[in-house]
Amino acid sequence: MFKSYWVKILIKGEIMGKISLEVNGRKVEKEASDNTLLSTFLREHLQLTGTHIGCDTSQCGACVVHVDGNSLKSCTALAADVNGSKVTTIEGLETNGKMHPMQEAFKKLHGLQCGFCTPGMVMSAVDLLQKNKKPSDTEIRDWLEGNICRCTGYQNIVSAVKEAATKM
Amino acid sequence: MASLVGSRVERKEDKRFLTGKGRYTADINLANQTYAIFVRSPHARASIKKLNIDKALKSSGVVSILTGKEIADDKIGGLIAGWAIRSEDGTEMKCPGNPPLAKDNVNFVGDPVAVVIAESLAEAKEAAEKVEVDYKVLKAVTSTADAMNGDTIHEGIDKNLCFDWLLGDRQKVKEAFDKADKVISIDIINNRLIPNAMEPRACVADYNAASEEITLYTTSQNPHLSRLIMSAFGNVAPEHKLRVVAPDVGGGFGSKINVYNEDIVCSWAAKKINRAIKWVAERSESFLTDIHGRDHVTHAELAVTKDGKFLGFKNETIANLGAYARVFGTVTPTYLFGPCATGVYEIPAAYTNVKAVYTNTAPVDAYRGAGRPEATYTIERLVEKASMELGIDKTELRIKNFPTAFPFKQTLVHTVDSGDYVAGMEKAKQMADYKGFDARRKESEAKGKLRGIGVTSYFEACGIAPSAAVMSLGCGVGLWESAEVRFNPTGQVTVYTGSHSHGQSHQTTFAQIAADELGVPIENIDIVHGDTDKGTFGMGTYGSRSLAVGGIAIVNACKKIVEKGKRVTAKMLEANPEDVEFKDGEFIVSKSNKKKTIGEVAFACYLPGVRDEMKSPLPEGDEPGLKETSFYDPSNFSFPAGTHIAEVEIDPETGHVKLEKYTACDDFGRIINPMVVEGQVHGGLAQGIGQALYENAEYDETGQLMTGSYMDYTMPRADNFPEFNIGYTCTHATTNPLGVKGCGEAGAIAAPPTVMNAVIDALGGQEVTMPATAEKVWKACKNLKKSNAKAA
Repeated sequence: MFKSYWVKILIKGEIMGKISLEVNGRKVEKEASDNTLLSTFLREHLQLTGTHIGCDTSQCGACVVHVDGNSLKSCTALAADVNGSKVTTIEGLETNGKMHPMQEAFKKLHGLQCGFCTPGMVMSAVDLLQKNKKPSDTEIRDWLEGNICRCTGYQNIVSAVKEAATKM
Repeated sequence: MASLVGSRVERKEDKRFLTGKGRYTADINLANQTYAIFVRSPHARASIKKLNIDKALKSSGVVSILTGKEIADDKIGGLIAGWAIRSEDGTEMKCPGNPPLAKDNVNFVGDPVAVVIAESLAEAKEAAEKVEVDYKVLKAVTSTADAMNGDTIHEGIDKNLCFDWLLGDRQKVKEAFDKADKVISIDIINNRLIPNAMEPRACVADYNAASEEITLYTTSQNPHLSRLIMSAFGNVAPEHKLRVVAPDVGGGFGSKINVYNEDIVCSWAAKKINRAIKWVAERSESFLTDIHGRDHVTHAELAVTKDGKFLGFKNETIANLGAYARVFGTVTPTYLFGPCATGVYEIPAAYTNVKAVYTNTAPVDAYRGAGRPEATYTIERLVEKASMELGIDKTELRIKNFPTAFPFKQTLVHTVDSGDYVAGMEKAKQMADYKGFDARRKESEAKGKLRGIGVTSYFEACGIAPSAAVMSLGCGVGLWESAEVRFNPTGQVTVYTGSHSHGQSHQTTFAQIAADELGVPIENIDIVHGDTDKGTFGMGTYGSRSLAVGGIAIVNACKKIVEKGKRVTAKMLEANPEDVEFKDGEFIVSKSNKKKTIGEVAFACYLPGVRDEMKSPLPEGDEPGLKETSFYDPSNFSFPAGTHIAEVEIDPETGHVKLEKYTACDDFGRIINPMVVEGQVHGGLAQGIGQALYENAEYDETGQLMTGSYMDYTMPRADNFPEFNIGYTCTHATTNPLGVKGCGEAGAIAAPPTVMNAVIDALGGQEVTMPATAEKVWKACKNLKKSNAKAA
């Protein structure tokens, strides 16, 4: 009985539920099967495709979003698990069409190339500065250990985070 | 107007990437689309006895299931090798067929045997589980070194040998070795890598029954080339009925040059079911089926005089091609490898012999650097070993053998037009404080640590082109590049390039070039690429060719625009075309105050008339409109070069290697955007250091990939690197009008030997294979202790 319940939820996704979130300041309510990942919910149900899927195993960090103010790898969280939360994605960082200081710093210091890891990298970096206003190089590199970038060699990302720290 | 070329212009592409508005293939959803899941072989080598899809067909939501039989029945062609290589004995290389869906045999784990297409991804996955394949498992061949002794993988290909290729003169080399005071020899393994672009491969195929046209959105570095291959060899659709779009692509590094099984199968199947099909790789599929890189086993020797002059070089290499030969699979270990194997040195006699073998592993093809990292690793490890054995300072030994004049006729193929290797070496030494190393080593020793310094001087042949040269060496296509520059009537410019950006910054750097050539503000210039329905046929991005080939095509098309503009201005202002000069966006009649802006000229070209007057500004013979095209085919490769220096500190108690300092001094010719070049160097270094210290793709003896996830394959992360110290020397390339050379691959080429030379220096000359993991280094430290104790 118990086993078949989990098979239904996790494998077949047969149990539908209502997911209510506040995403980027907007209340959303959608029906989704209980095995829907938060990343899938954002990308497929809300068409917020800025959140990327790079590995499916919570290793690369391209899918990082903020849930109730903390960074979270959305490819390994069920949407149902964060029901009722406030979610911020890369699409929600701008204010009145003006980029966030972290986005500005990435642009100014060439902290991105192909752009694929960038949304997750930026969201992680913003969370770092929320928790540590003036991180050292080592602290930045340690914090970003969960975000893989194959293009930049990380150096300009580290510089961008330091630059953003002076502007936030 | 200030020149934009050479300035640190912020990237035009960044805002969309930073705000989540990039449009990658997986972000594309089409109306009424279906989802594809591929059924893949779990075995490295097997014959397919039976394939049963009955149960799967009954599964909920299934639209269609297609197998190797249908693909063969429809005469859909297989994947191909793009370069024909000839063996030393004159015979042509041997390539097996590589059908997009295997029908009879599978040859690596991940080889697809069927595609399941369903209404939803979940239903496609569930149905794929129900496809029953009865395999007869055969003994797999997985070792590069032993592949020639293994069972025959492909019928008719003896010893699993694709070709046995020679470049150079064995007799001359023998004579050189006979005269040598000393022969330095080395056995090295260039470890197998997985490119790991962060965006997994994906495709969305659509069929329009009205126009009978297939559109394929795919993660490609070269959409036109993909269309050509899918049409001419895949038989998917004629080129005018096939549109290939490579939208934003999240990194390539060579892995997205190839047309893959999924591209062909989804395009073909979309027409069959008359609906769109979406496929997105999971990371585990990328590990198994993206092309891999490197994987060489090499024995090399250097003949030297006792005072350190190089006399001769020999290189015997076995290169693993994986299960099949793909687009750049056969050229990577031959013409991209052999000619560069003698490095930046004058060596009178040399040869490179490569035996390319098939194994039951994923296909091996071009990965960032492609052949040149393997070449540089070989010669630079050998030179470093020579410096130890001869007792000559590693930088002095190199300088002693650098060419003294340019053009430098390199031993085997290339004539290097420009460079100054001594200046690069001197600057690198200064940047790295080479002189201060001994003091730093003593400091490390005082803390119980081992410290080593490693040097690499490299050159590479990139800007991959001259068509005549590459085609004479076996390339199946010409490697020119195209550009089209279109003025709108109201003065903005759209530039179409056949090159493709998947991180390289074309939208910015190419716009900088066009802005300077045309005198138009950069905001009014758009660069368009990645869609075969837009712009002319192009060859795409690889081999650091975008700027040195594609960029020059833009320059040439702009020059044609200016030429026409001069003729039109002359007519408008009643002057001689020869008297019209163009500067900063203005056509000026010399020795007069008469002038027209390029915007006015463009406007006149589109609206060639004046009310109440029968006068056209267009000279006789000139048509209306302002649009020019260039197909640029350079006269030679381009040859970046440089010297890199690394310093490592090793903790003998743990074997942990800490990269303390990394200095790169490169000569890329003229630099268009220093910010972008710096980014390219950093990224290349990270991949090269990754190869030296962290990354390794490993198969077990049954052909299972042991490093098939980010838990097992060590991707370099932010905390693995020091801050890189980057500098340049600059000699302009003489073979193109911009004087540019290319910078995309340098880091990945130079870093592996630089880091390994440092590690091996710290270990007192003990050889360690890449990646220099803590375990290997710890063992070497223990040996070192023992031999030191013995010596004492």
